[in-house]
Amino acid sequence: MRVEIAGENALIIYFGEQTDPRISAQVQQAERLLRRQLGGDLIDMVASYASLLVIYDPLRTDHFAVRSAIRQVVDGLEEHDAQAGQVVALPVYYSEESGPDLADLAKSAGLSVEEVIQIHSSQEYRVYAIGFAPGFAYLGEVDPRIAAPRLSTPRLKVPRGAVAIADQQTAVYPAVSPGGWNLIGLCPTPMFNPDADPTMPVQVGDRVTFRPIEREEFIALGGEL
Amino acid sequence: MSGFNVVQPGLLTLIQDAGRFGYHGIGLTTGGPLDREAFFWANRLCENALEATALEVSFGGLVLEAQVDTRIAVTGAQMPLKIAGQEAAAWETHAVKAGDKIELGFATAGSRAYLAVAGGFNVAAQFGSTATVTREGIGGLAGEKIQQGDQLLCAASGSEPRWQVPVAARPNYGKFAELRVILGYQQASFDSVQQALFFSSEYTLSDRADRMGFRLEGQPVKSTLDGILSEGICHGAIQIPADGQPIVLLNDRQTIGGYPKIGSVIARDTARLAQLMPGAKVMFTQISMEEAHNINCLETRRFMTTELVALH
Repeated sequence: MRVEIAGENALIIYFGEQTDPRISAQVQQAERLLRRQLGGDLIDMVASYASLLVIYDPLRTDHFAVRSAIRQVVDGLEEHDAQAGQVVALPVYYSEESGPDLADLAKSAGLSVEEVIQIHSSQEYRVYAIGFAPGFAYLGEVDPRIAAPRLSTPRLKVPRGAVAIADQQTAVYPAVSPGGWNLIGLCPTPMFNPDADPTMPVQVGDRVTFRPIEREEFIALGGEL
Repeated sequence: MSGFNVVQPGLLTLIQDAGRFGYHGIGLTTGGPLDREAFFWANRLCENALEATALEVSFGGLVLEAQVDTRIAVTGAQMPLKIAGQEAAAWETHAVKAGDKIELGFATAGSRAYLAVAGGFNVAAQFGSTATVTREGIGGLAGEKIQQGDQLLCAASGSEPRWQVPVAARPNYGKFAELRVILGYQQASFDSVQQALFFSSEYTLSDRADRMGFRLEGQPVKSTLDGILSEGICHGAIQIPADGQPIVLLNDRQTIGGYPKIGSVIARDTARLAQLMPGAKVMFTQISMEEAHNINCLETRRFMTTELVALH
């Protein structure tokens, strides 16, 4: 564990250097404990793969006090159950109609489209981070057989609900946005709804599975093509 | 309730309060005024809470029509102000009457002005804040910049008291800014030569500058890292992509990213940066965390203890 300065009122804690469910579980545990420890001195936090950004109110505290709080919390971290989050199943309509990069991805992976779908939907993914856009959850890690680099030219408009792969990460685009990930299907479940409570079906630390559905079920669940 | 009718929205006018905090966990950025100091002054002139909802007018061109009697104040970038056809001074409170036209011309120095109204604009908060972040479609009026015909609601208010910000307390918006930086994040991946180059070179503000971040052009600096595991990005962070050209990340930045960062610019100086136009020059100066803390405490105290001048 290493603490670095991020900015005039922010420190960043590094728990490791790689994507690992155990490190990610430590990040979440530290986030929970620090929230309690810092109380009103805390402005916001960003939990990511192996780091935790801690933003504090510089008129109420300083980096010495925050470092000391971090030290206390980290010393109290226990071997944490990386399987503690909830499991969320998301339906996905995988097809060339809903996933314009599915065929290309299969071809460059030397697999059939069915095999790509089977591989993508037969494992559990961990929510490592939320960012890029509201509700955008970074899920990992994708089976290396179907990991694919980002498109050389990003799309200006990726549809809402697009299920996508970039390297060993996968995600569901919560809203229409530009994006360079490989699109393999569409998910009808809203990933971000500002008027709902909770606003997102998943949070960092949860695990996600993808359930292949047919066109009819996709439409019935509110999906749009 | 009535308020103001938007006759002409200007190039980029946004409803802003002090920003949205506590929602990074669902990927929401902070938004809020690029120049907090000028924003706070505008609210003080109207005797509002410092974080009350006001307008951030980028580059100018805004025309409003008052539907109520109230008081307004404009601070920040120099934009010629007219109320009911009469020239009016910035940095002071003005009474306006229903039917008055409020015109803000294009900026002659600086680029962001703030228009506050007595009692603040009445806008429904989303995730605890009215700050507009157009990239997210969150805040303001339906997450969008101000459009022609929008109604900006506010209560009626009296024509007094009126105040003025002392001339000595008003910033000068020039064509150069010194940006004070605290080393941090992946600073160790920039060796001493790269750091020396970074702190001794003049950079030019490119036209790729928006509320997410300002891209600078000049001496490239190289990190020994190509990319990093995506991590949280704080306000003012200086990202150095593979081309070595620094990007200072601002209020509407993405909350996480995977480029190496050399450190962060203090908020007092990102406010100056945000007032510059493309082509302006900046230089980075290194300060310590303790100096940054002292600057923030002293400047905050100075702001709070500077008394407004009463106008009669």
